[in-house]
Amino acid sequence: MPEKFDCIVVGAGPAGTACAYELAKAGVNVLLLERGEYPGSKNVMGGVLYRKMMEDIIPEFYKEAPLERPIVEQRFMMMDKESAVTFSYKGLEWGREPYNNFTVLRAKFDQWFAEKAVEQGALLVCETVALECIVENGRVVGVRTDRPDGDVYADVVVLADGVNSLLAKQLGFHREWRPDEVALATMEILKLDKGIIEDRFNLEPGQGCTIELFGDATKGILGTGFLYTNKDTLSIGVGTLLSGLIKHKIKPYELLEYVKNHPMIRPYIQGSEPIEYLAHLIPEGGYHSIPKVAGHGVLVVGDAAQLVNAIHREGSNMAMTSGRLAAETIIMAKEYNDFSESMLDHYRMKLMESFIGQDLKKYKDATHHFDAFPQYFERYIPMMNRAASQMFTVDGASKWEKQKKIWRDFGSTGEKLKLARDVIKAWRVMK
Amino acid sequence: MMKNQTIEEKQYLVRFNADTKSHLHVLDPNICLTKCPDKICTIFCPASVYKWEEIRMHVGYEGCHECGSCRIGCPYENIKWEYPRGGHGIVFRLG
Ligand code: SF4
Ligand code: SF4
Repeated sequence: MPEKFDCIVVGAGPAGTACAYELAKAGVNVLLLERGEYPGSKNVMGGVLYRKMMEDIIPEFYKEAPLERPIVEQRFMMMDKESAVTFSYKGLEWGREPYNNFTVLRAKFDQWFAEKAVEQGALLVCETVALECIVENGRVVGVRTDRPDGDVYADVVVLADGVNSLLAKQLGFHREWRPDEVALATMEILKLDKGIIEDRFNLEPGQGCTIELFGDATKGILGTGFLYTNKDTLSIGVGTLLSGLIKHKIKPYELLEYVKNHPMIRPYIQGSEPIEYLAHLIPEGGYHSIPKVAGHGVLVVGDAAQLVNAIHREGSNMAMTSGRLAAETIIMAKEYNDFSESMLDHYRMKLMESFIGQDLKKYKDATHHFDAFPQYFERYIPMMNRAASQMFTVDGASKWEKQKKIWRDFGSTGEKLKLARDVIKAWRVMK
Repeated sequence: MMKNQTIEEKQYLVRFNADTKSHLHVLDPNICLTKCPDKICTIFCPASVYKWEEIRMHVGYEGCHECGSCRIGCPYENIKWEYPRGGHGIVFRLG
């Protein structure tokens, strides 16, 4: 390795690779470090990749990238033990160019994306851990790796080292995350014949469907489950705040089994064969948890900067956009040959002006709100199921009587008032 | 009814390139013994890496997914957590 670069990017996930790609394209001499055997070998995602943010980097990537299925239907299931109220939107406009989003398998996609950065001129070095930032006179000047003679230097270092960003922590950009700032997700890839997938999910050949699961999927703990269609596999998973698992003393893989065996889910996955099991943390602290993202000679992007919208399960898109914005800032800094914090802080401003800052701000209290008031998941989702069951069961009772019954099910006057207040509160944190 | 799959069966589906030495260290087993009645890391670890053996913690680091939960979730910051050496540890092939 030559020992001095313009820029070192730590981590070849969507954020780091997006950054390296943009920098290399602009002629910046960039080293992309990856600790895994290949990019993607350490990365996990439910599987939804958003078209827009990826196209901001590589137009029409969908013509060559290894994608699974374009999503034409998104379902949301509010689950009780033996029932579910489902909302869905299906639109065939999502099935053709320019598409809305796709399912992907990360190990394949991340490798492809990193190769694209290499084609632009980035130097990708795998199987290399960045142990610490090298700091001289209060500025980051490089990283110490676990290779022999492993010090490498650069004008600027981009930390794209994921949710466990030991480097940003080392620099004091944030304290250790709390268990209620991270969600632990476990998932499995299930092998299933293409045709069966299309039959079960009501799809034309090649099209995809996503289902988000709320309520009993997580036994009432704050979190969600998901079931996504890939080409000839399904991704099924469940994620809850780590604090929830600790509080309820639940083993995450048992929760995953619970979801797989749930009567509303089982028919979808019946007869499939598990071929991989994966676990990963998702940063879900939101706006309040965003650490310092720019310092002297250093920027933080993607999961390392807590850039995830937990409410809308968006993360990879924010990762890519943050990587791109970091690259723009570095290109500007290079023109002025100024890599000080005040110059690099333009990245933070761009981030906050973009949809990332705006959306995270919009939902800044949402996760915390639903965590602090478990009744939404524990009480209201089952209530919604009972109301639907009442209304749609034809048993000779008049609709008036049914409405009265539902009203009674809402509880005493005090409980009804509380429900009304909770609905208003939920509206406030979500609006 | 599908048969519940055990964690051992799940772990069997994963490829690991284990290093010869552990990247996870329980700093003081005495804290586990005296202060942590639930041995909570043995519950939330998604790979069942931690197993309590009467007075000490067995750490099956070879099966670690490198998720970071134990570092964050141990109430006594009693786990020293590092990344495995470059190229080692878990190797996801798909998701
Ligand atoms: S959670 Fe921490 S203190 Fe408790 S048993 Fe595990 S290592 Fe020991
Ligand atoms: S990092 Fe995750 S998988 Fe590894 S031991 Fe800790 S909790 Fe278990």
